[in-house]
Amino acid sequence: MQVLSSPLSGSLLAAAAWFAIAILSLIPAGNAFFARKLAFPLGMLAGLALAASGLQAIWLASPEQMTLPLGLPELPFHLRLDPLAGYFLMLLGSVSAGVSIYAAGYFRDETAGRLALIALEYHLFLASMAFVILADDAYLFMVAWETMALSSYFLVTTDHKLPAIRSAGFLYLLIAHLGAIAILLCFGVMNGGQGDYTFDALRAAELKPRWATVAFLLAFFGFGAKAGMIPLHAWLPEAHPAAPSPVSALMSGIMLKTAIYGMIRVIYDLIGNVRWEWGMLVLVIGTGTTLFGVLYALMQHDLKRLLAYHSVENIGIILLGLGMSMVFVGFGHPAAGALGLIAALYHTLNHAVFKALLFLGAGSILHATGLRNLNNMGGLIHKMPQTAFYFLVGALAISALPPLNGFVSEWLTFQTALQAPILKNGVVRSLLPLFAATLALAGALTAMCFVKVYGIAFLGRPRETQPPARSSEGDQVHDAGLMERFGMAWLAAGCFVLGLFPTSFLLMLNRVAVSLTGQGLREAAVQSNWLWLVPIESERASYSPIVFLIVILCVTLLTFILVRRFYHGRLRYSEAWGCGYSELTARAQDTADAFGQPIRHVFGPLYLMKRRMPEPDDPAPRFSLKIYDRHWYWLYLPVARLAEYVSSKIALLQQGRISIYLLYSFLTLIALLVFVR
Amino acid sequence: MIDAPGIAFQVLQSVFVVLAAPLLMGWANQCRAWLQNRSAPSILLPYYTLAKLFHKDVVIARNASALFHVTPYVVFGCMWLAAGIVPVLATDLPFAPAADIIALVGVFALARVFSALAAMDIGTAFGGLGARREMLIGFLAEPAMLMILFTAAFISGSTQLNTIVETLAYREFAIYPSLAFAAVAFLMVLLAENARIPIDNPTTHLELTMIHEAMILEYSARHLALIEWAVAIKLFAYMAIGIALFLPWGIAQAGDWGALPLALATLAAKLALAGAGLALLETLLAKLRLFLAPEFLSTAFLLGVLGMLTHFLTLG
Repeated sequence: MQVLSSPLSGSLLAAAAWFAIAILSLIPAGNAFFARKLAFPLGMLAGLALAASGLQAIWLASPEQMTLPLGLPELPFHLRLDPLAGYFLMLLGSVSAGVSIYAAGYFRDETAGRLALIALEYHLFLASMAFVILADDAYLFMVAWETMALSSYFLVTTDHKLPAIRSAGFLYLLIAHLGAIAILLCFGVMNGGQGDYTFDALRAAELKPRWATVAFLLAFFGFGAKAGMIPLHAWLPEAHPAAPSPVSALMSGIMLKTAIYGMIRVIYDLIGNVRWEWGMLVLVIGTGTTLFGVLYALMQHDLKRLLAYHSVENIGIILLGLGMSMVFVGFGHPAAGALGLIAALYHTLNHAVFKALLFLGAGSILHATGLRNLNNMGGLIHKMPQTAFYFLVGALAISALPPLNGFVSEWLTFQTALQAPILKNGVVRSLLPLFAATLALAGALTAMCFVKVYGIAFLGRPRETQPPARSSEGDQVHDAGLMERFGMAWLAAGCFVLGLFPTSFLLMLNRVAVSLTGQGLREAAVQSNWLWLVPIESERASYSPIVFLIVILCVTLLTFILVRRFYHGRLRYSEAWGCGYSELTARAQDTADAFGQPIRHVFGPLYLMKRRMPEPDDPAPRFSLKIYDRHWYWLYLPVARLAEYVSSKIALLQQGRISIYLLYSFLTLIALLVFVR
Repeated sequence: MIDAPGIAFQVLQSVFVVLAAPLLMGWANQCRAWLQNRSAPSILLPYYTLAKLFHKDVVIARNASALFHVTPYVVFGCMWLAAGIVPVLATDLPFAPAADIIALVGVFALARVFSALAAMDIGTAFGGLGARREMLIGFLAEPAMLMILFTAAFISGSTQLNTIVETLAYREFAIYPSLAFAAVAFLMVLLAENARIPIDNPTTHLELTMIHEAMILEYSARHLALIEWAVAIKLFAYMAIGIALFLPWGIAQAGDWGALPLALATLAAKLALAGAGLALLETLLAKLRLFLAPEFLSTAFLLGVLGMLTHFLTLG
């Protein structure tokens, strides 16, 4: 029992359990019985255990540390659990629990070989993420980080027979490694040549301001590549649609968050001395990420690509909170800085919950209908009512509508921006509210995007081109299975809990903020009770989602009863109004592309569009429109061409004759003998 | 301040706003008729229309989902909640801390998302068209609205409408240049958000130019009545927000029964002026093309930003 009472051992045990499940999944016996029936439910239990340990760790008085005699000789693994790590472990455990139980249902039709591999990679992926969060030295951190990248790469390329998926996987791996190199260099810079790579040593190292900035830039862009911030986001919209849906949910919901974890860990904890100029850079990139993410999401008609672009957007929102926090901390206002950090961390958890939910919903649609293209869907609410409900919860949550969870964290971000008057620097002071305005714009655009998704996929009538279902239970489109529904219900409940009881999470996050910035929220905020969310003082701002929800429900119910009481409930069914035509065709409905048309009109210059308008005398007129990501053309393709050019020059060295290679070795030896004495 | 008089005031205000909202609509219509040299309908016409609609049988398309059925109630509920939060008759209402101005914008957004979803539920061409346009106006108006509210929040150091009103109403008279910018911007947002000319025409019968009306084409009878009523409450609430931000004088405090008649009288006077002003604007202006709406609303946004910057400049 001693072991279980310590959160660090508890979480280590849960991570080890995932590792064990991964290995056991390889047992081929009985049509991969273990992987099919036990692996994912057990993985869910381990996730819950991990979440419990993480929750416990947030309230630890002092961080727990442990050294594992694994790894290289003289270089053991150091583990450490503090409130920040505890919070992210809780996120990992609780969100992955929902995804795992969903996966138990989702993967039931796979063949034994594929299933065993998926279960192996899946649980290895989870375990490596736990170790990323637990790591207390750069060595273990990088090992876990790379294991995470590789296992997710293999998960992305599950359907490796399709060339598109292979190239998506390659792009993912490439950007993941560019990021990893930057992170590695960042650890090197922070280390300053003393040879000890434990985080304790990195924390203690005094960096010159210039080197601290270099370390910050490396960490920001290194982790940013994993998080999917602009302009390093290109892998997200490729990799997420390629992966099986539960894997997309894990990657988007949790893996991107490990990058946020790394950013916060390095910037606040290891480097320390946060500078406000860094915060401004984070804010500028965060704003760009938010806007580009949502604007490109609006242009997508592939559901999973669309969700991937929304992940980009939400990372931008998290960066906005983080950037504001860094600005405040840099100017010496730790209380306001704590609020920004709390907003960012809250949104991290919120996004994990609702984005995982939405990806799972997309998976259920894909499973039931075989469709990913919104333009072929329609009317699914009649065939998949339960999935439709859960998806609606997720859509309302991501659109930042009260009283669900997305609203709370955006509200906290707004409150942080409204702290701007305490700053002395006039320019920064007037810029902060503008960053908040872009957040408002992004929130409203997200709402538009999810009206589009929900309206087109679930509402309306089926589009004509809808192909027959490819499910195993006959050709009828069906609702998600029990396990899948359970996973979605778990996450949807999370959206409600996080939205309705924000104060308990605020207090929890206050612990994290105290452990990082040394100061938390003001007394008035900490003493706020569960009903009223008061981040600063009650005269300044308050929000009570429970009262909000109760009033809305009561008023709505009252209206219903009054209308029925004083009038009647008579109802007739009839055809929809056909605008004077006798028959309505389903093709008259908006498509996903049509819905985005006003956005293309308003934000036209931001897109790279190739439009083909038919000529007036065209016998078979067709209109086609393609939208490309501009970043490909100004960043990725030039870099790719440069890399090709450089490697073609270097290829001159390769003559293919052994004598030449021997000559190279000889020259190298001579050079070494000259330089190394 | 949760005590008996406070709650009485809360209930009184919520019911008052819901009942009085169609009257404001009727008054605005009457003024417009006069200005356009028509003989005006009765000021009570909106009530008669609502009663007529409530008595009719609902006709619903066969493929309507549950969402379509609940949306009118949800929209009405959201507006009712807004009516309870905005300080119309009194400040310091017990429910007011449940939502500040940002949450209030969220309430309106919630109602908008539900109406847009319901519009797409039947699967007609106009439903999708209306939903798309409504969301376009929505995402343009929301940042502008927040900029205006931020300006007010910076002046009073709070996002609570209560505190804002109390700061502005009870402190000695001062002219805030930032509020002047915000007021103009707010007027523009009000017109756009409430589907009035020049953004939308509430009396149009031409589907192709519709925004809000296109969304509710499929609704009938009590559902339509609730939506129309919610529209009236929304207009009332927006005007009340405008009054609270820019002309807050004369409002009572919750529980202060003596100040209530004065508060009612000043409110009636302000709203009568606002309604007449709205009618005047709608008579003078023509409806803009849909794609001029972004310019209109980005002007509002820029005015809001200017207001905020002016506040920081005058702050020194």
